Amino acid sequence: MSTSAVRCERLTKRYGDLTAVDGLSLTVRRGECFGLLGPNGAGKTTTIEILEGLLTPDEGDVEVLGLRWGRDDDALRQRLGIQLQETRLAEKLSVEETLRLFRSFYRRGRTIDELLGIVELEAKRHSWVGKLSGGQRQRLAIACALAGAPDLLFLDEPTTGLDPQSRRQLWGVLERFRADGGTVVLTTHYMDEAEVLCDRVAVVDCGHVIAQGSPQELIAQFGTPKVVTHHGTLEDVFMALTGRHLRDD
Amino acid sequence: MTTDHPLIQLTLARLREFIREPEALFWTFIFPIVISVTLAAAFPGESSRPVRVGLVDSAAAEAVRSALAGDDGITIVEIAPDEELGALREGDVHIVVVAGEAPGDPPTYRFDPARDESRLARLAVDAALKRAAGRADPWQAREEPLVVPGSRYIDWLIPGILGMNIMSTGMWGVGFSIAQARLRKLLKLLAASPMRKSQYLLAQMMARLMFLLPEAAVPLGFGALVLGMPIAGSLGSIAAVCLIGALAFTALGLLTASRASTIEAISGILNLAMLPMWVLSGVFFSTANFPEVAQPFIQALPLTALNDALRAVILEGAKLSDIKGELGILGVWAVVPFGVALQLFRWR
Repeated sequence: MSTSAVRCERLTKRYGDLTAVDGLSLTVRRGECFGLLGPNGAGKTTTIEILEGLLTPDEGDVEVLGLRWGRDDDALRQRLGIQLQETRLAEKLSVEETLRLFRSFYRRGRTIDELLGIVELEAKRHSWVGKLSGGQRQRLAIACALAGAPDLLFLDEPTTGLDPQSRRQLWGVLERFRADGGTVVLTTHYMDEAEVLCDRVAVVDCGHVIAQGSPQELIAQFGTPKVVTHHGTLEDVFMALTGRHLRDD
Repeated sequence: MTTDHPLIQLTLARLREFIREPEALFWTFIFPIVISVTLAAAFPGESSRPVRVGLVDSAAAEAVRSALAGDDGITIVEIAPDEELGALREGDVHIVVVAGEAPGDPPTYRFDPARDESRLARLAVDAALKRAAGRADPWQAREEPLVVPGSRYIDWLIPGILGMNIMSTGMWGVGFSIAQARLRKLLKLLAASPMRKSQYLLAQMMARLMFLLPEAAVPLGFGALVLGMPIAGSLGSIAAVCLIGALAFTALGLLTASRASTIEAISGILNLAMLPMWVLSGVFFSTANFPEVAQPFIQALPLTALNDALRAVILEGAKLSDIKGELGILGVWAVVPFGVALQLFRWR
């Protein structure tokens, strides 16, 4: 059995003249939390959607949990948990109804009570999704992704737009998922988030990986601050590699 | 099949969204009744409506006024000479009568011979004035007023309103909710889950068919119990016609929503598809009003077929075998758009 959760080589995806992903290769080990970092338009979302089987690459090779899109789709979908950027769940369904709906798609998985417990939404069980705060909605989205007790969780900018407290709550959810042996692939704009959550990160720019390793390795290699006022951070790494801030928004 | 089956959960989700949307409930259940009652009040039974005769005031008009005043079927409206054309145009009067200058001179009638009410008014005015001038009627026919059950305008109207409602709910209910799910990226998330895509589409149709029953029962029940509309056909046949009509319009809703990803786009496409049928398909007035050359097109429209089938079953007691043609047209409209929609459908 393959020890990698995700392995992709020389992925390329073009939209007309634009090459969104340009010969990107990476490997995610089982049980780790892997972060894709990069500015807007770097190709993070395109990459993760190829790994999720939502997009077909023009070139390259993808293997997820030792299985392949186009051949093992049903088996693969049963084992993945997916949260997409900017999905808005139906506002007039309750939290419980939404979870019950997503749970029904999986042959095996967690109970509704377990899911509510994992994301700490027990008190909101009967609330409509439209009445939830941004952080609560995002935790519900993660609970939907966890409904099938996945082996591998894909999260695309899971904490963008959340207040600090909601971000920390969400980190807690991910830490519990990993404690049970789950693998996480996430994209983020936040360097502190990547440093806290990720075992390894890949910095993506212009459609390919420009650096890969643990946050500590990357900081040691690229992150020496030019002015010695603080310790090196991933933000410094990113600046050194791309000449830009990660968050240019 | 337990309640945790995805098909049931998907159908329940759609039903819940529908019943939690007060506006959708209004348009589906209340609006058809409001429009039926309004139109029934605006167009009461033909016999009870007097013709409105415009009379231009002059010295000689007095004789005309007294001659017409005795006729129950005539209402006199006084108008100034310069308002004649305006009153005719606005439909305030059906005919304008200008008395002759000298006593005994024949009057002048001004009216639009293309309008049914105006021709009717001319006959009524002409007979009343000639009788007043001394014309002797050779005989008086014995009149037997009959009210044929189901012949009132409201009786004719209600099946058309029902047909229109089946169209609107099918197309809006399915088209709008799918386009909205795509806009919210919910379709994409569902496509990324192990959900079977065919089950999602099937659930949309099942949810729509579930609210078909109350949706059809409300206007029919209101028509039958409150307005006294006769229901000549069997309930089973009516249900069958409603069902195949709903399938056709659900398929069309699916087709219109297969690509649209903005609210503006889906609204525009739905209105573009439905507007011609509101006008042409005999909801408010008969399709026979349109020229012969347009009839093949009009008869091929799904709403025309549905309205004709509903009226035949409800008002004339037709059996399903009598309306094979209409059912066939609806069947084609159910199958072809559904097939095309499946080819075009986008999950992202």
